[in-house]
Amino acid sequence: MQIKPILSALRKHRLSTVLIALEIALACAVLCNACFIISQRIVAMHIVSGVDEAALASVQLTGYDSVQAADVDARALAAMRAVAGVQSVSPINSIPFGSRRGTAGISTDAAGEHFRGVVEFYVGGPGSLQTLGVKVIAGRAPQPDDFHAFTGFMPDEGSVQITQSLANHLWPGANPLGREFWVLKSHYRVVGVLKHLVRPDPTGWTPEQRQWSVFLPAQPGPYLTGSYLLRARPGDLPRVLRDALAAVAKAVPEVVIDRENSRTLTDLRHDIFKNDRAMAGMLAGVIAALLLVTALGIVGLASFWVAQRRRQIGIRRALGATRSDILRYFQTENFLIVTFGIALGMLLAFAINLLLMKHYELPRLPLYYLPISALVLWALGQLAVLGPALRAAAVPPVVATRSV
Amino acid sequence: MFGYYFDLALRSLKRNRMLTALMVLAIAVGIGASMTTLTVMHLLSGDPLPGRSGDIYYPQVDASPAGYAKGGPLDMLDYRSAVDLWSAHRADRQALIAGSDVKVRAPGVKLPPLMVPMLATTSDFFAMFKVPFQYGSAWTAADSANRARVAVISSDLNDRLFGGANSVGKTLRLKDSDVRIVGVMNTWRPSPLFYDVRGGRFADGQTSSFYGKPEGVYMPFFSGLEVNEGNFWQFTCWGKVATPGHLQDAPCVWVGLWVQLDNTTKVADYRAFIAHYAQQQKVLGRFANTDTRMLSLMQWLVFNHVVPSDVKLQTWLAFAFLAICLFNMIGLLLAKFLRRSNEIGVRRALGASRGAVFAQCLVEAGVVGVVGGIGGWLLTLLGLWLVRRQPVEYADLAHLDISMFGLTFVLAVAASLLAGLLPALQASRVAPALQLKTL
Repeated sequence: MQIKPILSALRKHRLSTVLIALEIALACAVLCNACFIISQRIVAMHIVSGVDEAALASVQLTGYDSVQAADVDARALAAMRAVAGVQSVSPINSIPFGSRRGTAGISTDAAGEHFRGVVEFYVGGPGSLQTLGVKVIAGRAPQPDDFHAFTGFMPDEGSVQITQSLANHLWPGANPLGREFWVLKSHYRVVGVLKHLVRPDPTGWTPEQRQWSVFLPAQPGPYLTGSYLLRARPGDLPRVLRDALAAVAKAVPEVVIDRENSRTLTDLRHDIFKNDRAMAGMLAGVIAALLLVTALGIVGLASFWVAQRRRQIGIRRALGATRSDILRYFQTENFLIVTFGIALGMLLAFAINLLLMKHYELPRLPLYYLPISALVLWALGQLAVLGPALRAAAVPPVVATRSV
Repeated sequence: MFGYYFDLALRSLKRNRMLTALMVLAIAVGIGASMTTLTVMHLLSGDPLPGRSGDIYYPQVDASPAGYAKGGPLDMLDYRSAVDLWSAHRADRQALIAGSDVKVRAPGVKLPPLMVPMLATTSDFFAMFKVPFQYGSAWTAADSANRARVAVISSDLNDRLFGGANSVGKTLRLKDSDVRIVGVMNTWRPSPLFYDVRGGRFADGQTSSFYGKPEGVYMPFFSGLEVNEGNFWQFTCWGKVATPGHLQDAPCVWVGLWVQLDNTTKVADYRAFIAHYAQQQKVLGRFANTDTRMLSLMQWLVFNHVVPSDVKLQTWLAFAFLAICLFNMIGLLLAKFLRRSNEIGVRRALGASRGAVFAQCLVEAGVVGVVGGIGGWLLTLLGLWLVRRQPVEYADLAHLDISMFGLTFVLAVAASLLAGLLPALQASRVAPALQLKTL
């Protein structure tokens, strides 16, 4: 296949060639970045929670005073524990993918000068860590005398379990067991390390921060009631939750059940990523429309060129070119134009990625996106040009003998 | 002349239906995508209080200890500063706000108790923010001063509890207190819910929650604090809160102050007033910082990056897509015009000027633009329908208003004329003699 005559033909249609190449370049740049954003969203959606999501549900009660708390708590717990199929019910302030009540900034010195970021405190009553199903990978789980009574936001002191990710952030490379940190004047000592425990609201944080959680054992008191984690067999869970909520409504009719947040963790997780799912869907739609428009543009222009060169094609055929020669001519031409476009598009893709990194905290575009998007665009170009090229190949040699 | 060009354009477009359809499709899809996102942008970045927002300000002082607030005062005020500034009455209107969830029951209404967002605010709130009323009216300043147990409710809550009937004079049980309804708001949906906007700097672009609906219950500030004691939300605290939800003497910021200042002199005076207040409090030893900030409503929205970053990203994407569609159209128009080189050559030889050929080609591009605009408008309606089905707070707002409807066609015609420029220029350069020779 001779490329030189194709290039000189393209030079004659410089403007159209440049336009199609620019279109491909822009499509390539948008394609790379949009796919990358989609993949980022999908990764975020598949975050490891570290808890037995399928077996857990949240129950949230509001609308009572702190003086009524002990009574409400006792009646609600008794009612839920009596429901058939409930394996355990534990009071805990925050719920993974659900209610958030323990967000606080921590420092690694008593004076509060070394501020080390904002973490989530899961303040849980006895048994709540087992109910969550979190894995302790170093140190120990809470012991009965770790659970202190408290007033206010959370206990002022305690032996806590922190996630591996938080340990690596606070004391990189060092053994976190026995280390201490502070929230204002409150003081905590690390006695265990958890493999994973996701924040209630992972979407609002950077990927690293999404696992910055602390488990703080505490005795249920006026400010640790009304928020429960319910555990049941995964297949039973929807029924058990429904029954438990009905039992609570009957046992403590004066409280308000927060139905929006009293759901299975699977449902809560589905909800929390709704924006990411919508965004990914929208991007996918744009990508599809973009590829379609680009393909149609190629079809249109190639059809025009074929019609314009009908006579020349006839002459080539009359001079001995086979049908496949003509077919291959148009395919090669398209390949060359798309290649120009892709080369330009890769530069553009990186430029756009740099802008996104600056304004949207997106990581750098991995290099392997480029060859993949190049392959997609080459395939698209070849597919789009096939129809017009086949029509060109069908031009009979006799056309050469006719004028116009 | 235009009529003749129009006729020529239609003939030419009819001649090659496939190419014409492709161009119309490209413009329609590009316009549909960009107008959908532009409409959402327009809704989210618009003025929530047209005609008044220029006079509304959000004064801030800083009661936190040295080094706590980074980059100026915290987003809300502590109780004492807020009440001091408010009770000085230095502005034309002023409203304190504090938020909480309140347990609502209505005697005689067979519904389980509800938790409803409640705003404790002062009487100027309704006049200052031009809140429309369906029944009754706001409470008076005297009601506020007497700590009257009165409330204004939203039309949503009125529909839910009383089936939309006039509920003025009826009693609501808020937590453990009976409160008389004095007013029912008409549908009011400022976008964003500007007076509750705060903390946007720390939201990492996830700000769609700013576009939620107004609260269900409004109560006079001080009686509201009494009625729903223990349930108020803090923005942030720099010390331990003895009783969560009871914040009057806690080391927390949790009260907002909005003021209306009708002219620039008053704005300057108010700035001087809060600066003086901060100085005075520092002398008294209550403030460590004398930083103040007073942004106008629209500045405050910008400061909080209210438009969600996903929406901005979608807008950029849509315009990149429109650009691709335009490149596509340029290529197709070029093909179309140059294919008619013979015809253009004949016209030129018969005396048509370059300008005439150029104009004729542009009219043709414009016709494609208008037809594409109609397609784009339909696709925009489809796009907005899709947005309304999204699980976001602003979904119910996504409708095409008259200005965006007009813009759809302006954009479509402008885009197609822009796309037509280069091909038309090329066509007008066709030399008459050369083309005639080949005939």
